[in-house]
Amino acid sequence: MLKRVHFEPSLLPYLLVLPQIVITIVFFVWPASQALYQSLLVEDAFGLSTQFVWFENFEELFADPHYWDAFQRTFLFSFLVAALSMASALLLAAMADRVIKGSGFYRTMLIWPYAVAPAAAGALWFFIFDPTLGVMPYILQFFGYEWNHKIYGNEAMALVIFSAAWKQIAYNFLFFLAGLQSIPKSLIEAAAIDGAGPGRRFWTIIFPLVSPTTFFLLVVNVVYAFFETFGIIDALTSGGPANATQILVYKVYNDGFVGLDLGGSAAQSVILMGIVIGLTVVQFRFVEKKVSYQ
Amino acid sequence: MASVTLDNIQKTYPNGFKAIHGVDVEVKDGEFLVLVGPSGCGKSTLLRMVAGLETVTDGSLKIGEREVNNVEPSKRDIAMVFQNYALYPHMSVYANMAYGLKIMGLGKAEIDERVKNAASILELTEEQLERKPRELSGGQRQRVAMGRAIVRKPSVFLFDEPLSNLDAKLRVQMRVEIKRLQESLGITSIYVTHDQVEAMTLGHRLMVLNGGNVEQLGTPLELYEKPASLFVAQFIGSPAMNIVDTKMHENGNEVTIAQNVSLALGGGRLKDRAGQALKLGVRPEHLVISEEGANTLPLIVTLVEHLGADTLIHGHFGDDKTDLTVRCSGTQSVKVGEKLPITASLDHIHLFDPATEKRIEF
Repeated sequence: MLKRVHFEPSLLPYLLVLPQIVITIVFFVWPASQALYQSLLVEDAFGLSTQFVWFENFEELFADPHYWDAFQRTFLFSFLVAALSMASALLLAAMADRVIKGSGFYRTMLIWPYAVAPAAAGALWFFIFDPTLGVMPYILQFFGYEWNHKIYGNEAMALVIFSAAWKQIAYNFLFFLAGLQSIPKSLIEAAAIDGAGPGRRFWTIIFPLVSPTTFFLLVVNVVYAFFETFGIIDALTSGGPANATQILVYKVYNDGFVGLDLGGSAAQSVILMGIVIGLTVVQFRFVEKKVSYQ
Repeated sequence: MASVTLDNIQKTYPNGFKAIHGVDVEVKDGEFLVLVGPSGCGKSTLLRMVAGLETVTDGSLKIGEREVNNVEPSKRDIAMVFQNYALYPHMSVYANMAYGLKIMGLGKAEIDERVKNAASILELTEEQLERKPRELSGGQRQRVAMGRAIVRKPSVFLFDEPLSNLDAKLRVQMRVEIKRLQESLGITSIYVTHDQVEAMTLGHRLMVLNGGNVEQLGTPLELYEKPASLFVAQFIGSPAMNIVDTKMHENGNEVTIAQNVSLALGGGRLKDRAGQALKLGVRPEHLVISEEGANTLPLIVTLVEHLGADTLIHGHFGDDKTDLTVRCSGTQSVKVGEKLPITASLDHIHLFDPATEKRIEF
């Protein structure tokens, strides 16, 4: 039995956590409560008059087909970003795990993109794919394909999905590599003696054993795609063309700060807040008590 | 059923480290060979080469009549039991055993029969078959690992220190079971251990490895009675053999152990070693407490260990306080500080060359 350690009551521990609590209150709790409050208000564009309207903003939102389109678009976007970045990361991690010579080099290079700021990543892809001066449209032209994401919504969507996924690969790669390396080597050897080839070993032994990591990453990636891709989208397409890349979080910004519909925008962010809370609960319930092997 | 033939097997790692310096052995069909040695001696490397998990740098490795140097592990018709069991943690015990059989392409009924059969040999219950490995005790996991090897009906079993993760009592029990199992199945087995008791009790033959070289290959009793080198002499047997520096008398007939104590070898058989320094070995169980006499070693007792069936007496003799351990059967009333007269019979004396550390026959 561990003995409980008793300390004399003192002010020190409270002082030590105070900075963190202040930061949390100023930057999280207060804005969140403001958003909650604002979501119940209607304000004119100049901020001259405000009216308390209860849930009218939410009613309007749910009746708005554009909002449902954005919802659908966000789900498609998140699913594809998560799937693409996780699949590529797993493939790269599986390969990096097998490499013996220069493994440190590969790992370092593969982790780098994570250090790139979203806006910078957006600018990078903006130049590569710019229809008039980008290198990719120039190359694609040789294959007879005319790339212009400023006109075609699907191409714009593909572009933001690629860049958002690319940015997240490094993060997923790190976790998958750690997951793969924690699998005892003797398990793979036992499977090899049992006659399983590399592909079979991967799907029947390795993949099930990294599944806790996979599930964790799935939640993290969905959260990322939902909320942290704002910078990339803003830099690349600004939600266009014709709202083709406007996902929920971008719509919050667009309606609130461009359209100046503060109440409606606040209502949207409250809904997003609800989604984050839901995902966090899922994360805690399933990942925290994840199945531990051995 | 197959023999395993190692012909001048060598292993050099890419960094230039030579792990195995050329091993020759033929493991006969149905034989139980134990590879034993201290950690880092290359015994696991050698086993993994037989399994196909390490490449063979030089030499020829045959299982049966077939050279398998470049054959995939799965095509070598072997099964291996790992030190940490290497059970697939996400599969039930049943699925663990059936995994290899499914890949072999056997039918459901055949797989079921083999698994149930192995389970009954290893005394695993139906209910345990449905559990996950983590829900089993160490000994049960060990059984599952053996079951996974048995169901494959391989020609050769390979064991890589399979008992080292078990507690002492279970280790003795599983040792007996492995021995019984190997004898009843009659499958050629190679077993790696660093535990000399395991090695002595399990193996038909033992190969003692040291630094990638074979020190000696022989039956347990051969190793015990005629150790080929100082290393084997001290590695096999517990407590370890006493080694004493001696000098051969000019007449080539007797060795001087201490002042006024010498041992006549008789026959003058070692005339060519006259005047040379030698190392003399004698096991603790072959030393006897005798009557005070001319040719006895005066042992000053420093520690007495009562094991019940035996008593270990530690002490030293002579001016340079050479350590000596004596093993007496039964309980002895010996006190620390006491002086005991010790002798040894000639039959149980081993002589070694101090330079080459090889055994000298006399």
